[in-house]
Amino acid sequence: MTHDITIPFYQYILEGGNGLTPKEDVLYATRQDALARFRSLGLPDLKTEAWRYTNIQRTLKEQPFILQQQPLPVTASQVAPAAIADLPCYRAVLVNGHLQPELSDLPEIKDITISKLSEASQQAGFKAHFDKHPHLADQPFAALNTALFADGLYIELKKNAILDKPLHIVHVYTLSQHAFLQPRHLFIVHPHASGAIIESSVGLHDGVVAFVNSVSEVILEENAELWHYNLQNTVQDSRHVTHTAILQQAYSRYHHHNFALPQANLIRNNLSVALKGSYTETDLHGLTLVTEQQHVDNHTFVDHLVPHCNSNELYKGVLLDNANSVFTGRIHVHQDAQKTNAFQQNNNLLLSEKANINSQPQLEIYADDVKCSHGFTVGQFSEESLFYLRSRGIGQEAAKTLLVNAFAFDITDQVHIPALQHYLTEEILRYVTRN
Amino acid sequence: MLTIKNLHAEVDGKAILKGIDLEIRKGEVHAIMGPNGSGKSSLASVLAGRENYTVTQGEVNFDGKELLELSPEDRAREGVFLAFQYPVEIPGVSNLNFLKTALNEIRAYKGLPALEAKEFLKLTKEKQQLVDFNANLMNRSLNEGFSGGEKKRNEIFQLAMLDPKLGILDETDSGLDIDALRIVANGVNKLRGPEKSFLLITHYQRLLDYIIPDFVHVLYNGRIVKTGTKELALELEEKGYDWLREAEVHV
Repeated sequence: MTHDITIPFYQYILEGGNGLTPKEDVLYATRQDALARFRSLGLPDLKTEAWRYTNIQRTLKEQPFILQQQPLPVTASQVAPAAIADLPCYRAVLVNGHLQPELSDLPEIKDITISKLSEASQQAGFKAHFDKHPHLADQPFAALNTALFADGLYIELKKNAILDKPLHIVHVYTLSQHAFLQPRHLFIVHPHASGAIIESSVGLHDGVVAFVNSVSEVILEENAELWHYNLQNTVQDSRHVTHTAILQQAYSRYHHHNFALPQANLIRNNLSVALKGSYTETDLHGLTLVTEQQHVDNHTFVDHLVPHCNSNELYKGVLLDNANSVFTGRIHVHQDAQKTNAFQQNNNLLLSEKANINSQPQLEIYADDVKCSHGFTVGQFSEESLFYLRSRGIGQEAAKTLLVNAFAFDITDQVHIPALQHYLTEEILRYVTRN
Repeated sequence: MLTIKNLHAEVDGKAILKGIDLEIRKGEVHAIMGPNGSGKSSLASVLAGRENYTVTQGEVNFDGKELLELSPEDRAREGVFLAFQYPVEIPGVSNLNFLKTALNEIRAYKGLPALEAKEFLKLTKEKQQLVDFNANLMNRSLNEGFSGGEKKRNEIFQLAMLDPKLGILDETDSGLDIDALRIVANGVNKLRGPEKSFLLITHYQRLLDYIIPDFVHVLYNGRIVKTGTKELALELEEKGYDWLREAEVHV
């Protein structure tokens, strides 16, 4: 679908993007193709079905963004706030998408590769999977990322490799002016390998805005397992469009946990899973806790291509102030995908009369022997629960905090790393009590 | 300790309590009986501060404080405890965390420091025994998946933990089998003392075989129409509540 786009930013990208990649770059042709794709797809607007509740153009035309921002010097103490207490982990620190080995603590394990994406272009894994995910082809922001990305992280867990501690990826943003940043990552988990990744961010900019358009491709080969935690908090004056595209082969297990918490102005998460092999498990869990004028849009897609796959999706939202939350849960069960189990649930707690939620399940089922369900709820505090707690001497504020935590419990309880679970519970508490 | 004077209350404009007078002194156990819809549970709700009731007349003095002017949490902190007829299930809030929060909020109100973890656990163990409360339930979500008997026992266990001056038991005996009833009643009897008062709201005389009240009141159509001792409960059991209708005609 093409729209007439007249905003200067669009022209600016097309003109600026052309000059960014030198002809001798191995990805020159790929990037030129992507830029052409972006040109034909156009920037989505409110008439674009998948973007009807998120006015992305408004956030782009406010100010001129530069298209590349080289990382400014960052010290270890500036990264320290991202640390999760009592969590034994490896750490990969990226500044504006560029891996900083001297700030990182990378595993030295045979069969585990963690490097800059820009240094991985000769790797077999890169050649096999980079920009190959079927769900990225029609995504304008993903195309833009492919055309313009500067760098990102390449992770490869080879056959049977076990990442013995979680890898904490800290995305640091430092800007001298409004910048449009495009990190690009590729994670490949080979057969029988497993690990856990925790992503979080630190914003060091002040008075300028970061627009982050990131793409991650995640490949799980046969019987591979990955826990993927994405913590979206602590970065003020930022807008994020993410696309996490997962491809699962037979018997693989992927557990995604997204926590969209206060600070960022806008978050649009595109999370899409292509199930290419049978007997897979996919858990997509999300907690959206939004305050003030925040806008968070979770756009999820589970593509059941083959029989005997299980997907389970639970997103919960807690909305305060004037916050906006959007949830789209698309499930496509192809004709061949018999014996699919696909469940989806979206529950919301509205704590302000001015907050707003839009939720849309989209189930397209073409197989006849499947179990699929979806559900949506929106509610306020149960008056009876609140009264019960107060009648035991618990003040109204403390009672509300207990109830918000209780509501979020289904999600936090799924976090399989105790220190991370504790950290998240405290974070939720902090935002709720502040209000 | 508790003095209720000419208390009138309504829900959605409908009068429910129509002039209640009641005096409960320290250490006394009062029972309020009456047919369905007479206003028994409403009285308990008004005393605990449930928001959908509007008090239109009257006053309630609790240990020198105007009870009706306090928030539900402050009433609890002053020492009023309502054991719910239908205890609420709250998934995601553990029994233990809930009790710790409640106890420490009450202590903070009284200017006391929070209980050390060790002291808290000691107190918990001691009070669990009182009502034979299954320790495995402590880490579970509040009342979630509890049987009816477990929920009611949990109410009495909470009462024991929070140590109020006045315990109001709102039909705690309803839906209990005889074993559970004995356990609950035993718990209450052990908690009885010169400083603690109870208001038992019940539909059935059976509870009063196990918890012997000092006074029995009959509530009918929003008013206390008769007051006596435990013998009155037996009389009610025998005659039912039908005679009240006739009695009211003569009032």
